[in-house]
Amino acid sequence: VSLPQVENVKLLDRYANRKAATGTLYLTATHLIYVDASAEVRKETWILHHHISSVEKLPLTTAGYPLLIHCKNFHVAHFVIGQERDCHDVFTSLLKLSQPVKPEELYAFSYNPKMSKESREMGWKLIDLKLDYQRMGIPNDHWEITDINKDYEVCSTYPPEIVVPRAATRAVVMGSSRFRSRGRIPVLSYLYKENNAALCRCSQPLAGFSARCLEDEQMLQAIREANPGCPFMYVVDTRPKLNAMANRAAGKGYENEDNYENIRFKFIGIENIHVMRSSLQKLLEVCEMKSPSMSDFLTGLESSGWLRHIKAVMDAGVFLAKAVREERASVLVHCSDGWDRTAQVCSLAGLLLDPFYRTFKGFMVLIEKEWIAMGHKFSHRCGHLDGDPREVSPVFTQFVECVWQLMQQFPCSFEFNERFLLEIHDHVYSCQFGNFLGTCHKEREELRIFEKTHSLWPFLLQRKQELRNPLYRGFTAYKELQPNTLPFSFQFWCGMYNRFDKGMQPRQCVLDRLLGCLSRKLTLEESASQLQNKLPFLDGPLPGEGRSSPKAGAAAAKAPTPPRDCGEGAAPALSNGLSPG
Amino acid sequence: MEFAELIKTPRADNVVLHRPFHPAVEGTLCLTGHHLIFSSRRRYHAEELWLLHSNIDSIDKRFVGSLGTIVIKCKDLRIIQLDIPGMEECLNIASSIEALSTLDSVTLMYPFFYRPMFEVLEDGWSSFLLEQEFELLSSVTNEWRLTCVNKEFSVCPSYPPVAIVPKGIDDEALRKVALFRHGGRFPVLSYYHKKNGMAMMRSSQPLTGTNGRRCKEDEKLVNATLRSGRRGFVIDTRPLAVAQQARAKGGGFEQEVHYPQWRRIHKHIERFNILQESFIKLVEACNDQSHNMDRWLSKLEASNWLTHIKELLTAACLAAQCIDREGASVLVHGSEGTDSTLQVTSLAQIILDPRCRTIRGFEALVVREWLQAGHPFQQRCAQSAYSNSKQKWEAPVFLLFLECVWQIHRQFPCSFEFNEKFLILLFEHTYASQFGTFLGNNENERAKLKLPQKTMSLWSWVNRPEELSRFHNPLYEPNSLVIWPSVAPQSLQLWEGVFLRWNRPSKFLEEAEEERINIIKYNKELQAKVNALRRQLAEMETDEE
Repeated sequence: VSLPQVENVKLLDRYANRKAATGTLYLTATHLIYVDASAEVRKETWILHHHISSVEKLPLTTAGYPLLIHCKNFHVAHFVIGQERDCHDVFTSLLKLSQPVKPEELYAFSYNPKMSKESREMGWKLIDLKLDYQRMGIPNDHWEITDINKDYEVCSTYPPEIVVPRAATRAVVMGSSRFRSRGRIPVLSYLYKENNAALCRCSQPLAGFSARCLEDEQMLQAIREANPGCPFMYVVDTRPKLNAMANRAAGKGYENEDNYENIRFKFIGIENIHVMRSSLQKLLEVCEMKSPSMSDFLTGLESSGWLRHIKAVMDAGVFLAKAVREERASVLVHCSDGWDRTAQVCSLAGLLLDPFYRTFKGFMVLIEKEWIAMGHKFSHRCGHLDGDPREVSPVFTQFVECVWQLMQQFPCSFEFNERFLLEIHDHVYSCQFGNFLGTCHKEREELRIFEKTHSLWPFLLQRKQELRNPLYRGFTAYKELQPNTLPFSFQFWCGMYNRFDKGMQPRQCVLDRLLGCLSRKLTLEESASQLQNKLPFLDGPLPGEGRSSPKAGAAAAKAPTPPRDCGEGAAPALSNGLSPG
Repeated sequence: MEFAELIKTPRADNVVLHRPFHPAVEGTLCLTGHHLIFSSRRRYHAEELWLLHSNIDSIDKRFVGSLGTIVIKCKDLRIIQLDIPGMEECLNIASSIEALSTLDSVTLMYPFFYRPMFEVLEDGWSSFLLEQEFELLSSVTNEWRLTCVNKEFSVCPSYPPVAIVPKGIDDEALRKVALFRHGGRFPVLSYYHKKNGMAMMRSSQPLTGTNGRRCKEDEKLVNATLRSGRRGFVIDTRPLAVAQQARAKGGGFEQEVHYPQWRRIHKHIERFNILQESFIKLVEACNDQSHNMDRWLSKLEASNWLTHIKELLTAACLAAQCIDREGASVLVHGSEGTDSTLQVTSLAQIILDPRCRTIRGFEALVVREWLQAGHPFQQRCAQSAYSNSKQKWEAPVFLLFLECVWQIHRQFPCSFEFNEKFLILLFEHTYASQFGTFLGNNENERAKLKLPQKTMSLWSWVNRPEELSRFHNPLYEPNSLVIWPSVAPQSLQLWEGVFLRWNRPSKFLEEAEEERINIIKYNKELQAKVNALRRQLAEMETDEE
C-alpha cells in the first residue's frame, strides 16, 4: 500500500440528489474505509478488498477525479478524489489488493478473531456430513459410506468419503470413474427415507458417439436396484440438449438409453457458466441505470434473461423433488463436470424435500455437502485469486436467489431470514473464512485451511438472534415444499442486487420489528413472572400460558399463543454438543 | 319489472363448480334476482358460493354434447366455471345471468333490495360530512370558509352542496369562477398542511379558449392561498401539448401573464381508454399460464400498468414536495378534474397526512376526495377487465389509486392502520356491492336516487368493531412524519393481492400474516400484563406504608 490515507474525498450517492459526502479514505491491509466527515454522526463505509470486482478511473469532472468501485456483493461506490496522483495511487493499490495472486494472501489466513485454538478446531467439526447420512439411515442395506477415495484415486475433486450403492464393487467404481469426466462417478446426494428413492449426482459420461462402459452401466443398475420400489430411474442432464450433443464430438456427452437398462433420460436446459455470467452482467447494468423508466427496467430485466435462468434452475429442482417424492424414482443428475448446475439442482431438491435443510444447521450441512465437499470451484467461480475471468460465474448466487424466491412463497418454512442468505453470500466472496477457499477438498487440505483458518458457521450461529426468521413455524410445520414456478411467481430481488441502495428498500423493516418483539418477549415474560412472584396472592396465568404446545400452529389463529421458539431443539440433533464459538 | 321474468330456470342440479386451486365440487345452482348461488350438497364441509350478478363482467358458454359449460369472469378478476347438464337449462341460465348482470337501471341494483343482517351502530351516510372536516380546519386556521353556493347543485353539478374556499372570496365571485372553469368545478380546498399552513386546491381546467379569456375572480381566488411574496405551483396532469390543444375546445390552462405568482408544471397522467386497455392487458397476462419468463415480462411491460403507477406516484410526490419542502401552495387539475386530479390530491395526502393512514382517516379521504369530489364511479366501474362490450367511460382510475396506496404501504409497512385486505375490499365494492356507497357519479345523483334513505352505506358495515378487526394492520405504529416513497422501478411491484389473487395458492401467505399478528398481539398482551402487575405492586406498597 503506497498511500494509506486520502483527505477530502467525495462519495456520491447514485440515486438521491443529496449533496455528496466529503470525508477521508483509508486503505488498510484488508479494507478500504471511508469516513464521512460531513455527516453529523460519524458514518463509515467499509469495503473489503476481496469484495472488489473492478476499479475504474472515470474521466475528470469539475469535482475531481472519479473512481468507480464495483463489488462482488453488488455494492457500487463512486468516489471523487481531488488530486490526480492520489486517485492513481488509490487505483493501483486497490488493483493489487483486490487481486491476490497466492492463496496465502487471502484474508482467511490472517484473520485472527479472539478465539482459542480448541474452539477454532471445534468450529470445523460443527458440521459433520456423516451425521447427515446417518439421518437418512445410511449406511443401510443398499447404501454405504466408503473411503475408497481416500487417496483421491477415484476422483481428485471428490471428498475422501463418498456414498455409493453397496452393490457397486471396487471394480465397478473404478471402472465407472474412468468413464466419467474427471472421474466424478455417480454418488448419493440425498436419500428420501420414506420411499428409498435416491438423488445421485455425477459428471457427464465419456460416451462420445458410441463408447460404452460396462462398469458404468452396472453402477447405474446398482443405483436403480437400491430402490426396489421403482422399476426405473431417471437420468437428468441439466444442460440444453444442443450443448450436450456438442460435447459428444469431444468424446463426452450423455447416456444412451439403449445401453442402460430401465433408465428414463431427460434434458433440462440450464445454460452454462458463460451465459450466466453475461446475464448477471446485464442485470447489474439494469440495476445501475440512472433513473430508468418502468419500461427500461422491465425490458432490461427481460433481456438480461436472469429470471429466466432462475426459473430454469427452480424448475429443475422441482422436477427432481417430484420424481423422488411422487414417482418414487431415483434420479441421477449431471451436467458437464457436475459441479455447477448439478450442485444447484441437487441442493435445491434437498431443500424442497427435507425441512431439516431449511434450518440453520441444515442449510449449513447442505452447503457443505453439495457445494463444498462435492467440489464446486468457489475459488474460480468467485474469482478469489487473480485468474481466468472466464471461469467466474454467479452459480452460487443463483442458488441463494432460488432459496430467497422460495422464502417469498413459503414465509414460515425457513428458520433463517434473508440476512442469513446475504451473510453467506458475502462470505463466499470475502475469503475471511476457510470454508469457501480453493476448489475441492484435496486443495483445501493442501492449503491446510483446517489448521490455519476459521470456519464461518460458528460465527453465523452466534448471530442467530438477528438472522432468524420470526415467522418460522418449526421443523414439523411443512414437509415438502411444492413451489409455484409460473413466471409471475418470481420477483426481482431488490434486497440483493440493489441492496446498498438504501433508498430503494422498504423504509420500514418488518423483520426488525418482529425480531424486536421476539427479543422483548423474553424480558417481558421474565419480568411478568418476577412480578407475579412478588404478588403471591394473585393468580391467573400469563396470556396464552398452557397453550404453548409446539403443535399450536393450526390453532394459532384464535388464541394468542406465545410465538414458538423453533430453535435447534425441534430439528434432529446434528450438533456434536458443541457450542458455537 | 319482475326479476322472475328473466329467470327461466331458477335451479339446476348436478352442477359442477370449477375454481383454480380448489377441487371441483358438485352441487345445486340457484338463480335469484341478484345472486347466483351454488351450494354443494355434501353433508360435511358443505360449500356455498354467493355471487352478485353485478359482479359478473362477462359470461361464455359452450357445449359438449348435452353438457353445457359456462365460464363466468367477475369484476373482482376471479374466473369460475360451471358445468350444467342439459342444454336448455344451461342456455336459460346463461341468458338469465347475462340479463341480470347488465341491468340498466340503477334502482334495480342490489343495494336497493339489500336488508342488512347486522345492527347499525353508526350511519355511514353521515359519518364523513364536510362540515365536520371544516370544523377541524377552523381549529387551526381562520383563512377558509364553508360555502353553500352549490346547495342546489346549480353552480357545479358534480360538486357536493358545500365546499371549502378562501375566506375572502364571496359566493358571487364563486359563481363567476365556476363559469370560468370546466363543468363549474371552481378551485376548492383539498388539503391544508398544518405544519406550514400551505394549501392544496383542486379544480378543473380554466376555460381560457383560443383568445386567452381571463377571470379576475379566479385569479383572486387562487392567489388568496398564497403567502405574500411566495409562489405557488399549478400541477397540470396533462402534457403541455394536450393542454394547448384543449384551448381549441374552449379549455386551456393558467397563463403566466395572468397568474404571475404561479409556476405551472405539466405531469402527464394517462386517462380513460388508455388505462382501461392497460388494465385488460395486465389481467390477460396474469391469467395466461402458458407464458415463459420472457413472454411474461414483456407482457407485463407492454401492459404499461406499472408505468402508470410510477407516473402517478411521481406526480403525487411532486405535489407533496411543493407543499412540504418548498413551502408553496398547490393547485392541481387536468381537464375535468374528476380523475387524475383526484388521484394526485388524494395520494399526496397519504404521503403528507398521517391521519389519512388510519382506517377512519382513509375512509374520510375516499369520501372527501373521491365520492364528494365527484369521481364518476358508476361510469368508471361499470365494467372491469373482462368485458367484451364496447367501452365507454370505464377506467380503473380508483384501482390505480388503491394500488399506489398499496405500493406506499409496502414501503412503509408500519405506518398504516389498515392492511392490504382493506384496500382489496374497497376495490371489490367499487365494482359490485350490496351497499349504495359507490352508486351514482356524484353527490347530485346520489341525492336524486335517495341513496342515504334507500340503501345501506359500506361504512355502516365496515366500521363495526367485528369487521374492523379484520382490516387492522398488526404492525401499525402511528407515524406523524411525511412518508416519501421510492418511485424507482426496483421499488415497485405488481399488486399480487389483486392481480394474482385467484391464480396462486394463498395459504402460505395467510399463515405468515397470522404469525405476524400473533407475535405482535402476544407482545402487547405481555406488556399490558407487566404494566398491570407493576401497578398492583405499587399500590400494594403504598398500602403497606
